[in-house]
Amino acid sequence: MTVDAATPHRPRLGVFKFASCDGCQLTLLDCEDELLPLAGEMDIAYFLEASSAPGPGPYDLSLVEGSVTTAEDAERIRRIRAESRTLVTIGACATAGGVQALRNFADVDEFREIVYARPEYIETLATSTPIAAHVPVDFELQGCPIDRGQLLEVITAFLAGRRPDIPRHSVCFACKRRGTPCVTVAHGTPCLGPVTHAGCGALCPAYGRGCYGCFGPSGSPNMPAMIPLLRSDGMSDEDVLRILHTFNVAKFAAIEPEREEP
Amino acid sequence: MGTATTDSACVLDRDGLDALVRVLRARGRTVVGPTQRDGAIVLAELESAAELPYGWGVELEGGHYRVIRRDDEAAFAHSAGPQSWKNFLLPQRVRQWTADRGPDGELTVRPERHDPASYAFLGVRPCDLRAIAIQDRVLTGGRHKDDAYRARRDGAFLIAVECTEPGATCFCVSMGTGPAAGPGYDIAMTEVLDGAGHRFLARAGTAEGADVLAELPHRAADPATRTAAHEAVDAAAGRMGRTMPPVDLRALLAGTLDAERWNDVASRCLTCGNCTMACPTCFCTTTEDVTDLTGDHAERWSRWESCYDLDFSHLSGAGPVRASGRSRYRQWMTHKLGTWHDQFGSSGCVGCGRCIVWCPVAIDITEEAHALHQEALDKDSPS
Repeated sequence: MTVDAATPHRPRLGVFKFASCDGCQLTLLDCEDELLPLAGEMDIAYFLEASSAPGPGPYDLSLVEGSVTTAEDAERIRRIRAESRTLVTIGACATAGGVQALRNFADVDEFREIVYARPEYIETLATSTPIAAHVPVDFELQGCPIDRGQLLEVITAFLAGRRPDIPRHSVCFACKRRGTPCVTVAHGTPCLGPVTHAGCGALCPAYGRGCYGCFGPSGSPNMPAMIPLLRSDGMSDEDVLRILHTFNVAKFAAIEPEREEP
Repeated sequence: MGTATTDSACVLDRDGLDALVRVLRARGRTVVGPTQRDGAIVLAELESAAELPYGWGVELEGGHYRVIRRDDEAAFAHSAGPQSWKNFLLPQRVRQWTADRGPDGELTVRPERHDPASYAFLGVRPCDLRAIAIQDRVLTGGRHKDDAYRARRDGAFLIAVECTEPGATCFCVSMGTGPAAGPGYDIAMTEVLDGAGHRFLARAGTAEGADVLAELPHRAADPATRTAAHEAVDAAAGRMGRTMPPVDLRALLAGTLDAERWNDVASRCLTCGNCTMACPTCFCTTTEDVTDLTGDHAERWSRWESCYDLDFSHLSGAGPVRASGRSRYRQWMTHKLGTWHDQFGSSGCVGCGRCIVWCPVAIDITEEAHALHQEALDKDSPS
């Protein structure tokens, strides 16, 4: 929706947290130079990281961080959806289930026993699932954490009533654009760049490291072609399993060629 | 543009190369050439010829690139690296215009003023010289002209260095682009290293090239240097690591659109886009509209795009036209070797081998062409 300068109504922004580390919400606070202009354009109605005075819905734009891991979460996201005109999920937890989705491939009761002194106090679902598994989502912004510039692009696109310019192509595009010689080809470093969603600006390869997929899969990841390449660059089967089973485990697991045993 | 004659040839020593960079910089040019950085021979601004990769070579294979120490001090004994001159002539992101809305609601649109650096490219390989000519045709030779490219190109001074050390992924002979320099250079040089010393046979292709050469310490070309230079380039022609099938590639690609081989290559292709970004002729860009939070300021940029990007063929309401990796790889290769002829009157491939080297999974355009050729033969004469 667009902002009509003649009316005093500023679109209302809500920022909500589910199972997550808060890093993606903090990306919004990290927009230091843009925060005041943003507050000028939007009524920041609900954002507990910024204000302890939450305002009621409805919200014109809701940014949702975190995954659904409890029955209460599953209820709450439905209420937020009902109160939100546009709902955007931000970060690997909200878009892929996060690192906590490792439980999806294991026994959650065993995890609970190992982690908590009094496991009987912990009520949790057997799975960690992305928001889109529960309610319709208007746009998913990937990343662990999300990129500040991409978050601003999503918000400004919302304000201008246009589609956000968030390409789904690989991290390789960013390496080539910034002139980083390919770490796989030039050094034999294993790198998930060819199957990983761009958005970070190819940060790790610029420092000589392989990409570890924190932005999740690109729009067209070819995992059956990628995994033999990781192996030929020196990764063991266990290494491959580990690099894919991190922040975006559920999304990568969904496209892995063969079922991996944990 | 004048043509080179062997009569204008002269010989430069290493101090002549030093002077070349000094003279070009004194003329206000930004000199760009090869230098060793990050374990690769990259193209970067040179402050002096001492930054050239003396003594470094490269070991190339599909999906494999390593710099290696040579047992001589050759400056240009490397073949195509991770970038090409396109990175300078067609930068990856360029602003087109900006627009501002004033307090009265009036919109002011200002086209970008393009004030490009005056480049001198030192060490343009013959394949890349052809690649520049191909991009000239694409970006300025038709109805839709890119004025910013034209300005960058018009200001660029090209010093070709003929190829004497082809890589294992090179096939310029198949594409008719090297290893001897074709037209388009201001100065062409051939590096010679033998018992008589380290020197460069140089000749001018333009009046400005002749002017620059005249300012350098040089001597008349002696027969021994001329012979050594010609022999080195001739020998390079016989040491190509790759070939294309000896057929009309345009007809081959037009006749194999439904080949089984496309499924095979699609199973290996990561659709990561590396080949298109490394290719010195791939020219596709998309537009990027940027607004600020207030909506009072907007900018339009162009940025490199690739036919491997799903969004490349995205149609509103219909999604991507080329949704499969098969259709995207096929689009790239048929355009590069086939329909480029229909569109621009030449092949889009110069045989530099970058797409082979910088493909992480070593997909090889020459191997794919041979396989398509074989499949077509098998189809015509089933055993």
